[in-house]
Amino acid sequence: MSTERLPTERPRAGSNVPLSERAYHIRRHALRMGEVQGQGYIAQALGISDVLAVSYFHAMTYRPEDPEWEGRDRFLLSIGHYAIALYAALIEAEIIPEDELTSYGGDDSRLPMSGMAAYTPGMEITGGSLGHGLGIAVGMALGLKRKGSKNFVYNLFSDGELDEGSTWEAAMSAGSFKLDNLIGLVDVNGMQADGASTGVLNFEPLAPKFEAFNWFVQRVDGNDIDALVAAFDAARNHPGPQPRIIICDTRMAKGVPFLEARERNHFLRVEPDEWQRALAILDEGRVR
Amino acid sequence: MRRSKYEKPAPREGGSLKTSAMIASLAAPGQRTKAAPFGHALVELAKTRPDIVGLSADLSKYTDLHIFAQAHPERFYQMGMAEQLLMSAAAGLAREGFTPFATTYAVFAARRAYDFICLAIAEENLDVKIACALPGLTTGYGPSHQATEDLAIFRGMPNLTIIDPCDAHEIEQVVPAMAAHKGPVYLRLLRGNVPLVLDEYGYTFELGKAKTIRDGRDVLVISSGLMTMRALEVADALRDDRIDVAVLHVPTIKPLDEATILREAGRGGRLVVVAENHTVIGGLGEAVAGVLMRNGTMPERGFRQIGLPDQFLDAGALPTLHDRYGISTAAMARSIRGWL
Repeated sequence: MSTERLPTERPRAGSNVPLSERAYHIRRHALRMGEVQGQGYIAQALGISDVLAVSYFHAMTYRPEDPEWEGRDRFLLSIGHYAIALYAALIEAEIIPEDELTSYGGDDSRLPMSGMAAYTPGMEITGGSLGHGLGIAVGMALGLKRKGSKNFVYNLFSDGELDEGSTWEAAMSAGSFKLDNLIGLVDVNGMQADGASTGVLNFEPLAPKFEAFNWFVQRVDGNDIDALVAAFDAARNHPGPQPRIIICDTRMAKGVPFLEARERNHFLRVEPDEWQRALAILDEGRVR
Repeated sequence: MRRSKYEKPAPREGGSLKTSAMIASLAAPGQRTKAAPFGHALVELAKTRPDIVGLSADLSKYTDLHIFAQAHPERFYQMGMAEQLLMSAAAGLAREGFTPFATTYAVFAARRAYDFICLAIAEENLDVKIACALPGLTTGYGPSHQATEDLAIFRGMPNLTIIDPCDAHEIEQVVPAMAAHKGPVYLRLLRGNVPLVLDEYGYTFELGKAKTIRDGRDVLVISSGLMTMRALEVADALRDDRIDVAVLHVPTIKPLDEATILREAGRGGRLVVVAENHTVIGGLGEAVAGVLMRNGTMPERGFRQIGLPDQFLDAGALPTLHDRYGISTAAMARSIRGWL
């Protein structure tokens, strides 16, 4: 574990930072957390960073100094093991101080390996038992409507969670309740614990499934920031009385080609010297 | 032992047809009852608690929540026959500051939705109140509807308060108490025409408190739920045998009122019998046994359990089944006489 590396140079939140720069920082925070443990769900984190950058720095309303502010948009992390990715986004959003990054996964850390609401500012729910997020999102969306709130509930879930029946109970319900304040984000990275997602349990064709459940559906390249911005804007502004979903096709380990090339990357083992290499590659590829 | 499904049963000999119908009331013929005490109590409470909302998984009519839905249609959410969603959505509503009462059958909450109650609700200590009809053996539909192990399933869940009320009088008091309690609550709901018993004993419910309903020198029955009603009937029946039966009602299964249980069980000269509408595994009986054991309290005349056997139970008429499995008044009285 490297301790002497300088913190990332990072402009303050609120300044006019390009989303690609935000995504780069999120990837960098995640890699540094991965290095603390020497392993982890780093491929997912690298893959979803662009979606998180657009969520936290384009789409969502929130106050970094008051993570429970009533007027915030809610962001639910159904996939608890993506905590490393969300922590990186929360650090970039200045909800969590960057110097806590080195505590990732350690005793008494606010950043446990699987995301839990009671541990981390900005973590809305306890994920990890997969297939919970979308149902909770339905309840929160109903609750926001009861309160007359105009805020959105975002639920980030994985293609693996499409295997869970509870996801479809919630999907049918959201359509039935016409929850136009609910935006689902599915990370289709094509990989789950036992191998390729469609091989574990084929969920394709996916878009027509959600369409059939009365959702407003978009499918985009989840590593194309411009496409994501357009999709988030369309999701928020869609006039129909229906929930919205953005199916995000992402690339595992995006931004670090030698990790992208690894066949078994659901839970990546990275050799000690490879973290430096990964960070260096990330820094080289930084889009300013 | 159930007969083979290929063996035709003997023709019925006279008598009236007994029913296993879902609407069958627990009340004995002529017993005083109250209709839908849970539903009416919730409507009453909701007048002063705008945060209360109701959710059901296509069982509002069968959990008495339809009374609330009719009174407050805008505060009722029909979640469809989807218990995982029912619990997750209730968690979501609680996160937004509401106090959801979520209803279904005990089998579906305990068996199907456990993970969602555990992680989405209990782990976060959210204010979700789960009211479930058909606890233990309260239907003749067979194992698909008989929640004979719901307490065993739920007792291991941290943060969850578990209440097993005896009658309509108690349910009316439990509803505001569970809403006032901070954190998740599981209620073993008696629905429909619910017997009215404890009002005659001047009883008041207090969350977490076991209460002596009647005292007695020879036997102490520690009971919860409808078995307290049975225990009181047994006490009357055994009076003719000059057997003096005390009844300690323990409506809060968790957290258990250990101090009262230890004090009462530790009094000399009595047989201690725990009676529960639940399998003898993992319910009130074993909970009480654990408390006594840990404190080195051995009842002078022994410790016995009245409860359901560790089996998938038969379908049939409820009175027949209660008798068959030893939780009817007559069967209980027989057991206790035999132990003395």
